[in-house]
Amino acid sequence: MGALISFIAVIILTLLAYGGVKSANMQAIFGIVLPYAAIMTFLIGVSYRVIKWAKSPVPYRITTTCGQQKTLPWIKQNKIENPSDAMGVTVRMILEVLLFRSLFRNTRSELQDGKLLHGSSKWLWLGGIAFHAAFFTVLFRHLRLFTEPMLLPLHLVETLDGFMQIGAPRLLMSGVVLLGAAMFLLLRRFLIPQVRYISLPADYFPLFLIIGIAVTGIMMRYVTKTDIVSVKELTMGLISLKPKIHQGVGAIFYIHLFLVSVLFAYFPFSKLVHMTGVFLSPTRNLANNGREVRHINPWNYKVKARTYEEYEDEFREKMKSANIPVEKE
Amino acid sequence: MPPKLPKPEELANVNYKPPKKWWQKGTAEIKEGFWCFGSRPKYLQAVDMPNPREWKPTDEDWKLPDNWREIFLEGMAERLQKYRSFHLFMDICVRCGACADKCHFYLGTGDPKNMPVLRAELLRSVYRKYFTPSGKLLGKIAGARELTPDVLKEIWTYAFQCTECRRCSVFCPYGIDTAEITIIARELLNLLGLNTDWIMGPVANSYRTGNHLGLEPHTIKSNIDFMLDDIETVTGIKVEPSFNRKGAEILFVTPSGDLFGEPGIYTCMGYLMLFHELGLDYTWSTMAAEGGNFGFFTSNDMAKKLAYKIYSEAKRLKVKWILGGECGHMWRVWNQYFDTWHGPADFLEAPVSPITGTRFENAKGSKLVHIAEFTSDLIRHKKLSLDPTRNDHLQVTFHDSCNTARGMGIFEEPRYIINNTCNHFYEMPENTIREKTFCCGSGSGLNAGENMEQRMRGGFPRANAVQYVKERHGVNMLANICAIDRATLKPLMDYWVPGVNVAGVHELLGNALIMKGEKERVIDLRGEPLPGKEGA
Repeated sequence: MGALISFIAVIILTLLAYGGVKSANMQAIFGIVLPYAAIMTFLIGVSYRVIKWAKSPVPYRITTTCGQQKTLPWIKQNKIENPSDAMGVTVRMILEVLLFRSLFRNTRSELQDGKLLHGSSKWLWLGGIAFHAAFFTVLFRHLRLFTEPMLLPLHLVETLDGFMQIGAPRLLMSGVVLLGAAMFLLLRRFLIPQVRYISLPADYFPLFLIIGIAVTGIMMRYVTKTDIVSVKELTMGLISLKPKIHQGVGAIFYIHLFLVSVLFAYFPFSKLVHMTGVFLSPTRNLANNGREVRHINPWNYKVKARTYEEYEDEFREKMKSANIPVEKE
Repeated sequence: MPPKLPKPEELANVNYKPPKKWWQKGTAEIKEGFWCFGSRPKYLQAVDMPNPREWKPTDEDWKLPDNWREIFLEGMAERLQKYRSFHLFMDICVRCGACADKCHFYLGTGDPKNMPVLRAELLRSVYRKYFTPSGKLLGKIAGARELTPDVLKEIWTYAFQCTECRRCSVFCPYGIDTAEITIIARELLNLLGLNTDWIMGPVANSYRTGNHLGLEPHTIKSNIDFMLDDIETVTGIKVEPSFNRKGAEILFVTPSGDLFGEPGIYTCMGYLMLFHELGLDYTWSTMAAEGGNFGFFTSNDMAKKLAYKIYSEAKRLKVKWILGGECGHMWRVWNQYFDTWHGPADFLEAPVSPITGTRFENAKGSKLVHIAEFTSDLIRHKKLSLDPTRNDHLQVTFHDSCNTARGMGIFEEPRYIINNTCNHFYEMPENTIREKTFCCGSGSGLNAGENMEQRMRGGFPRANAVQYVKERHGVNMLANICAIDRATLKPLMDYWVPGVNVAGVHELLGNALIMKGEKERVIDLRGEPLPGKEGA
């Protein structure tokens, strides 16, 4: 149900761009207005989300500790999984953000003849890391459309990306991996009953969108062989704020660009904000040193609790007869 | 009468296939054996919490205030601004499902709403409806739900079907911690008077007497006196602790579970013997005779109120620092909340062991030292004479308590003590210990009697791992450092793995400890013959 709605939504978006360019000649809308609007929505939206989260304080040091704490000098602390200082936290966050450390722990539990077996399971981690790494490589490669002359690291990345040296134009791995990993993530939502049960339209929509983007992108490079010079003139125009439409860029390019625009605009309103949110996660980015260094809660307040005087007033006689010292005889 | 508990074979037959019906359409089903009684009004009145009344979770009408929806939503808005964790965790979940089979309640019930992701979605769907543009605009398509009485009941059911053990947060790629979500959900429910009797009773007791059990000062003393008699029977040594003594160096605080009932009292006897043997200058406080904090299972405010007595008693008694006994959530609170609530503890001194001279650097701010840290330091410095053969009849395994594992990370200290006091120690499988430990299934105030099926199901993964080492190594003793574990693991073992006993680590220490001037020991702290002394 959720998948169908999302799939139809992406098809409609695709047709919208195709129709808009083919029959209504709305190149300016799809090539200039919408990309600008999308990128603005993305920047403002994401900043707004981050600022809003950051405005909520972190009242307590609620680190999730995944290793031995700092304790007696002869007991080896796990400085990364249970950090007690900024250095440990930094390394923990780098591992978390770049290598998906927590997901790497993933296990799969199975019940066999009344016995639970908990085995290691790295597929989700592998799919996740392939997806994200490919996505960022593809995104980075696209900088070639926005820089003149091309930045040096771009050459390097492209060379690495095409190291298999298949075909002409040379096959870039990242695009294939991106498509494959997105398909994997989609399939597991279809095939694993539990994951299907928890999936919302908001989980399928970005996947279909990204698959659409990857397919159109791959088609442009290898099938329709879109005129890269015209495309670059358009993209350079966008980046230099002197946008200009070039004839000779096919509809498929506009579909691609439109889906990308939708992705950017959709980003701040969706779960995709996990990209920035992960940096703020209090269970990961805090040192577990609550007994060593006082953590301040900005909204801390004094509570009215029962005092010893009230306690003794209630129990004084009983305390005295049990020979427990009291303040007031 | 609590509902009848099905046989283990029936319970172990868990069906993980999700139902056809989509969860958002579901209504709250309050199943027998899965809920605790609603709090009696007197407990809520005792601590001035809202909406005291008689009610039962299975009643159609929960007798909520007319404006319950506004109270709940305003409470939510307030907490979104007060807790970044809550705000963030409402937004960034991608529903990857990595958490699903990490939850002991999911593994034990197969109920999809016990997958941490879905437990959170119950509240998240409400968040989307009232706090996000997409939810307001698109409603159901955006996964948003109206807050109806049924949705409220559903949130209640599953907020009290989570032990806040944080196992899921270990695996979550964004560190989303279901405990944070459950804690806030329970706070919101508390605004409407929706708590359980089993939690509110101890809270009210703890407010008045200082401890969950409601032990009055003279009873605390007489309970300990009984233990002293038993220690004398076992060792021939008369131990004489002090109560509310001013000027002692150390204040000792332990959960009140150690003062009442087996096997907690044996752990307590271990403490008493250890301190006596060291000649430690310490005192008990009859008011701060509870390290545990059931307030933590109601609201931040209540937890803070109940924690107040610890520092205030330390101040009144003019001690230098505080030593804490074996407890789970007590240490989560002491490690991650305490100093923030009631610090700075500048009236105390940075803790130094008077026996070894070790400075507890990791506790220099809050001045709260864990007894496993204290004792392992003693053993390391060879300050204790130990005879591990006295525990030779025990094949021991160790259960890491959720809170001390994932809210502190005290893994090696208790193991070091066990390895020095027992000759036969076996670890449970790797994915079921340390930070991946499985909950006893009864934490966070769920250790009542009427929800026994829920508890046995929740404890199934833990019990299963114990069964593994029992079959392989003949394990017959499940050691731990948590008072709730000591109370709940015993029935869990009796149900799933009969023949396995439960003990605190300091009970094992008490048995192995050779005390100066003791008589030849022939029985252990439980009054049972020591190995090789059966005829004596």
